[in-house]
Amino acid sequence: MSLIVATNITKDYQTGDVTVRALKGLSFEIEPASFVSFVGPSGSGKTTLLNLIGCLDKPTDGKLMVAATEVLHLDRKQSASFRGSNIGFIFQDFNLIPVLTVYENIEYPLLMVQNMPTAERNQRVNALLTAVGMTDQKDKFPDQISGGQKQRVAVARALVTNPKLVLADEPTANLDHKTAYMVIELMRKMRDEFGTTFIFSTHDQKIVGEAEIIFTIEDGELKGKENKGGGGNG
Amino acid sequence: MGNLFKIATRNLLRYKRRTLLTASLIATGVVFVLVFISVSGSFKNMMIGEITDSMIGHMQVHRKGYVASIETLPLNLNLKAGAVARLESTLEKQAEIEAYSPRIKFGGMFSNFTETSSIRLTAVTPEKEYRTTPLLPLRVMEGSNELNPGKILIPELLARGMKVKVGDTVVIVATNQDGSVNGKQFIVSGILKSVTGPGGRDGYIHMEDAREILRMEGNEISEFAIRLKDFGKLHGFSEKLEGLLSTERNPQGKPIFELHTWEKLSPFFNIARMIDVMTFFIKLMLIAIVLTSIMNVMIMAVYERIREIGTIAAIGTLPGKILNMFVIEGFCLGVVGAITGTVAGIIIIFILNLSKITFNFGQQVGLILRTNVNPADILFLSATVIVVSVIASLQPALKASRMEPIKALRHV
Repeated sequence: MSLIVATNITKDYQTGDVTVRALKGLSFEIEPASFVSFVGPSGSGKTTLLNLIGCLDKPTDGKLMVAATEVLHLDRKQSASFRGSNIGFIFQDFNLIPVLTVYENIEYPLLMVQNMPTAERNQRVNALLTAVGMTDQKDKFPDQISGGQKQRVAVARALVTNPKLVLADEPTANLDHKTAYMVIELMRKMRDEFGTTFIFSTHDQKIVGEAEIIFTIEDGELKGKENKGGGGNG
Repeated sequence: MGNLFKIATRNLLRYKRRTLLTASLIATGVVFVLVFISVSGSFKNMMIGEITDSMIGHMQVHRKGYVASIETLPLNLNLKAGAVARLESTLEKQAEIEAYSPRIKFGGMFSNFTETSSIRLTAVTPEKEYRTTPLLPLRVMEGSNELNPGKILIPELLARGMKVKVGDTVVIVATNQDGSVNGKQFIVSGILKSVTGPGGRDGYIHMEDAREILRMEGNEISEFAIRLKDFGKLHGFSEKLEGLLSTERNPQGKPIFELHTWEKLSPFFNIARMIDVMTFFIKLMLIAIVLTSIMNVMIMAVYERIREIGTIAAIGTLPGKILNMFVIEGFCLGVVGAITGTVAGIIIIFILNLSKITFNFGQQVGLILRTNVNPADILFLSATVIVVSVIASLQPALKASRMEPIKALRHV
């Protein structure tokens, strides 16, 4: 069964008296454990689409199933709970919580969202710290580590709840090439290790090549899909 | 909850200077209010103590209509022997009463054989009077507080004005109810320090002497001063006693007695009320300070952390938890301000006590200000600051919790 099923989804934005259609009837499916990239120029609708899949926003029209849940009808609280249980986020600017250490940032979703017992929580956080190679930095605060390290922490935080899906909007945009490849490689390794579906958006052609399924979006329309050997069909 | 406190504390420490300034502002407000409450409350309680314990008593019973004419000390409105006996019988049965003192009050002429002046006199049974107004004997600044028949305690101003000393012989001349004049010689046994308020410049003689001068045949009494075991029960007991006395009626069916607490007998009560009103406004000012400063800080905190709010909301933090995060920040600021302010306030009050500051009030000079802090005041003040801090954080916290994660994440 597909992890994501999008059927003819559209998204309109109101700018003054003008209605702008950001997404124009997109339909696709993404299978579990896929490593997917949405590519396209700035303003093409990548971020809008990721926001819809991540239940941060709602489509104006169409049907969107994520992890067998019709997300269109979730209210604010249900959306938050759904995200906390099923989706991890990796942001372009890392968005780590500055007053929490590396360890505490990774621990945050387990502690504040899932209320997981201490022993299990510690085990999960330490496993992720090891997986992303940040164990020796665990007591540092975000302003004491590099951009690449921050993104590794963000990957660990996104994965710590064992989500079905991780969404990463331009995760490498603020990183140099070498670090960007390392982060993408880490994401793929995590997919292999945990079976999590990764969907990331990018306009960096070199990074795009790392994805197994590539969706191309232009002007809010799905222009193509390239399957390089992963799951998903649309 | 512990983690919310940890995050809140770290967020406060993140902006150390701002947190310090806000906490200092709240603490300063608490100090001012605490010191004001302490000084004004101590002054008020001290003056009430002086007035009730050296002159008025906690409450007084008169014949109905007496207080309306109290300035003229009308002898025709004295309680008659039968009413006095019934009243004494009622008072004796009240467990709340520590002591009571019957008094005859009248006006007369005071002569030292070379000069004459008017005088207001209170005739008492010394043992009863000293138990009812225990500070009265302490007002004797020269001589003795012994008040046997033939002795008189005179007020300081009169003694000074007429150059009368302890041991001098003086004459009191007074008019009785029938209009006839009578006089009696007294020996000055003591000179009383004047105090502000009704009766503060009265002379004191023995009850037997008053009956002799006024040629009273029966046991007539102008007023009964009453002292309670617990001043805090004043209003409750006055209601009870008023109920008991209201059953006493004259042949025309009208009440015989009237009861007044010190508040109705002393003009200082209005000053006390004014102090209470001022204290209330000072507390309001503190609430305004706390409300404004916390709200300002929390609005800033929310504005500066919009992207963070977006991030934690995207991760799945429920709106209620985001609300709690910010409310706890305000709560922590309030707690820090309240504790710091209370400690600083107590130290300042302690220093004020060590300084032995003196003040004058009416006829009383050189009164030493003895401030003290009522634990109930501290608790009330601290609770007010904390509750107001939480209330002030609510609006910014609600704003944070209702923020759309997508908009918050886009915020630059």
